Amino acid sequence: MPIYTLEAGQVVQGIKSKEFSAEEYISQLFERIEKVEPKVNAFVTLNKEEGLDRARRLDKKIRDGEQSGPLAGVALSIKDNICTKGMKTTCSSKMLESYIPAYDATVIKRLMAAGAIIIGKANLDEFAMGSTTEFSRHGPTRNPWDISRVSGGSSGGSAASVAALECAASLGSDTGGSVRCPASFCSVVGLKPTYGLVSRFGLVSYANSLEQIGPVGRTVSDVVSILNVIAGFDENDHTTTNSSKPTYSLQERKGLRVGLIKEFTEGADPGVSKMIYKAAETLEKQGCKCEEVSLPSVQYALASYYTIATAEASSNLARYDNIRYGFDMNPEGYEWNSYFARARSNFGDEAKRRIIVGSYVLSSGYYGKYYLKAHQVRSLLKREMETLFKKYDVLIGPTMPILPFKIGERIDDPLKMYLVDIDTVVANLTGMPAISVPAGFADGLPVGLQIMADQFAEQTMLDVAYLFEQAAKVQRSPEL
Amino acid sequence: MATTTKIGLEIHCQLTGAKSKLFCRCSSDYRGKAPNANICPICAGLPGTLPLLNQKTVEFAAMITLALGCKFPDEIAFYRKNYFYPDLPKNFQLTQYNAYGITSIGVDGRLEYGNGKDARIRRVQLEEDPGRLVYASGSMDTSLYVLIDYNRAGVPLVEIVTEPDFADTKDVRMFLDKITSIIEHLGVCDTKLEGSVRCDANVSVDGGNKVEIKNISSFADVEKALRYEITRQRTMTSREIQVRSETRHWDDARKVTKESRTKEEEQDYRYFPEPDIPLVMLGSEFVSFIKQSMPELPDTRKERFMSKYGLSAHIAQVLIGNKELADFFESTLMIYLSPKEIANWIVTDLMSFIDERQKKEEEEEEHSLFAGLKVGPEHIADLARLVDQDMINRATAKQILGQIIRTGEMPSALAKRMHASRIDDVSVLAQTVQSVFQMEQAAVQDARRNANVANFLLGKVMKITKGKADPKVALEMIQKKLKED
Repeated sequence: MPIYTLEAGQVVQGIKSKEFSAEEYISQLFERIEKVEPKVNAFVTLNKEEGLDRARRLDKKIRDGEQSGPLAGVALSIKDNICTKGMKTTCSSKMLESYIPAYDATVIKRLMAAGAIIIGKANLDEFAMGSTTEFSRHGPTRNPWDISRVSGGSSGGSAASVAALECAASLGSDTGGSVRCPASFCSVVGLKPTYGLVSRFGLVSYANSLEQIGPVGRTVSDVVSILNVIAGFDENDHTTTNSSKPTYSLQERKGLRVGLIKEFTEGADPGVSKMIYKAAETLEKQGCKCEEVSLPSVQYALASYYTIATAEASSNLARYDNIRYGFDMNPEGYEWNSYFARARSNFGDEAKRRIIVGSYVLSSGYYGKYYLKAHQVRSLLKREMETLFKKYDVLIGPTMPILPFKIGERIDDPLKMYLVDIDTVVANLTGMPAISVPAGFADGLPVGLQIMADQFAEQTMLDVAYLFEQAAKVQRSPEL
Repeated sequence: MATTTKIGLEIHCQLTGAKSKLFCRCSSDYRGKAPNANICPICAGLPGTLPLLNQKTVEFAAMITLALGCKFPDEIAFYRKNYFYPDLPKNFQLTQYNAYGITSIGVDGRLEYGNGKDARIRRVQLEEDPGRLVYASGSMDTSLYVLIDYNRAGVPLVEIVTEPDFADTKDVRMFLDKITSIIEHLGVCDTKLEGSVRCDANVSVDGGNKVEIKNISSFADVEKALRYEITRQRTMTSREIQVRSETRHWDDARKVTKESRTKEEEQDYRYFPEPDIPLVMLGSEFVSFIKQSMPELPDTRKERFMSKYGLSAHIAQVLIGNKELADFFESTLMIYLSPKEIANWIVTDLMSFIDERQKKEEEEEEHSLFAGLKVGPEHIADLARLVDQDMINRATAKQILGQIIRTGEMPSALAKRMHASRIDDVSVLAQTVQSVFQMEQAAVQDARRNANVANFLLGKVMKITKGKADPKVALEMIQKKLKED
């Protein structure tokens, strides 16, 4: 088996035991990327020279018997809205087409310190606004399982690069499902941590109060080892929780109580629901106690999510006026207001749509009607979830209500597009953790099982995910 | 015609004492630095950065809140005020906002000023200063381009908003003096730094529409701007032209208010709470901590000056009206404890030199009171001691002060040089009296019969000694000699 197919844990072991060198591994990966990237289009920027250089330095460290870190040599792709010092961070937008950050995001610093190697920046919907990675200036990322279909989004490049064996794992960001959706569509594992568990310093903000950076990997184990590196308090992010650094592990636990959210399965494609019921059966066979539960206020979740997300986005995206950084556009002859307007017309359609909606819901007189109301829904939803978590250890359902659809199929119908986020936004609105694990295939296309837990109950959630993964044994990467 | 004027103020004061910016670790001291050298990814608003609230600024703002008699909410929040302007790196300003619940650091205060007047304080809030726009030709109207300097962006500001409780510009001046003294006493703001205190004002005349005046760059210009605007509005009213509700800009060069080019009242700032800064709980523990750590306020200091040093209310008021003066007074006392004498020297004599110097300055720049005057507490202490010990008389002391203020020489040294000291001059004085007695024999005879004539002899002595003799001593000497002979 070629070494580029190895899971992150196997890579670390192989390099540390000198079974193969980091340089060999990284070079093989770049050969793989060269081969499959024309079909998948997962990357925005490749970091070949520096990646190989880092690999060689790691090899020397290992030869010299020095400490090499828990992720030694693991090749990662990083969603292109996470700042990497000296490496372009474009957010797949014209507005940042030549932007090179002056600093590393906290998660990047932590990953590098753990020995990981960043091999490139992964494609996304512009500023992480989308569920398919079609709204990218660099073209859509294709689903490795069927390249005529969408990869999901907005972290489509992250999930696709992992599924296509272009890297071992990836970092995405999840504002309304952006890690879990493409993980589900590409049959890999994607985790959104509890709000405040992982630092957002260096994540280009889309909707600050909702989003978290999360790992994508081919196994629960890989996702855990990355989470262990990136989680924990950061003095540069006031919203991270000030507690001791958590460490998660893989453990077999029996007798866990599982609630299956019926609104999720009821609203899903029959093929998807069938897989989820089958997943529940699998869990029962593993000793879990499964019951159907109801989450009535989920009917308001999408409205609440899109109100809050667009409001925050409209303000976050205001800074892109092309004055301090951006793209080449001569200001001569413009009065500044018209220059701003002209420069900002270069946002893509979806970003523009969200800026307009967000500006509208915040405009004077409408704040109470929309923004405040959305926050009331948020509290309501949180209370309902907390009540459920008194009775159940985890709540499950489909990650996506539908199967990966054809590229271009929904791009002209924003409302239809927004509807696919119905099952994922709950975790963002409540700040609770959620993970998508491959559940199997319907009509040959991946279905993801979503597992949600109470705030900071990542370990319980991972226990169930691991239990399911071990029992279900779902295929992770397709032939390409 | 009787007119009523209503003036409200919006005062911005930079928390220069906080050392670093409101949401990052950059220095709050941006003055004199190369353009855009005092910035970091956070205050430059680079993508991915998050604001980190400077705890010290919350404490400073809380001190101001207490000093202005305002109430604290249980928790404070920051809001984004969204508008596009090139001096804003994020195109929104982080500030505080009370429309959706009271979350600014202070509300509903009252401050006494002048003689028994008071003004209501609507709110106190913390916010970030924008960057600076530098116009190529110095004026917005004539420049082809503008340069942006973000060195100031993110510097902590406290905004103090009053109700429209001022009836004339004199009240405004007194109120601003009081505010200045308070923030100086609290040590939160060095008001002498250019642009560290700014003031917008709103004026209405005879119940007419309210006009906002912006862009007033110093407290000193507030009176000028208001006087101009009141006259403008009264003239319009007398001609039965309605005053429009608008925002006008103070033109510093032409000393007039003029219409703004942008219609700011039409802007919708789309306020919403900043998600990256969690609510800050204040709580009783915090409030008592602030109370304990508060430096002495001017009013308390005034009372102390009266009770401890026996100063009159007027003298004490003049001293605390300017922290530098009050500090000067107390530093002098550390050297020589003669409070009343020293207070008099400072308030009457020293102040007249200061006033004189300030009048000579073309622009009223807000620099140190004592700038250009070579006088320190040690000089005044020395002078007071010489007078207290009857080494020199008051007239001589005034003369001495007039000189040393330019030279910086110690008063006792100068007194010695002038031979004005009585001890040294006893023999000289006796000789002078003797010679006057010889020259004015007829007058001496008259004086023996008529006591008033002794004053004539004294006049002669004073003339010969060029006024350096102590008249009291000389007169005693003359009277004694008249009896002897």
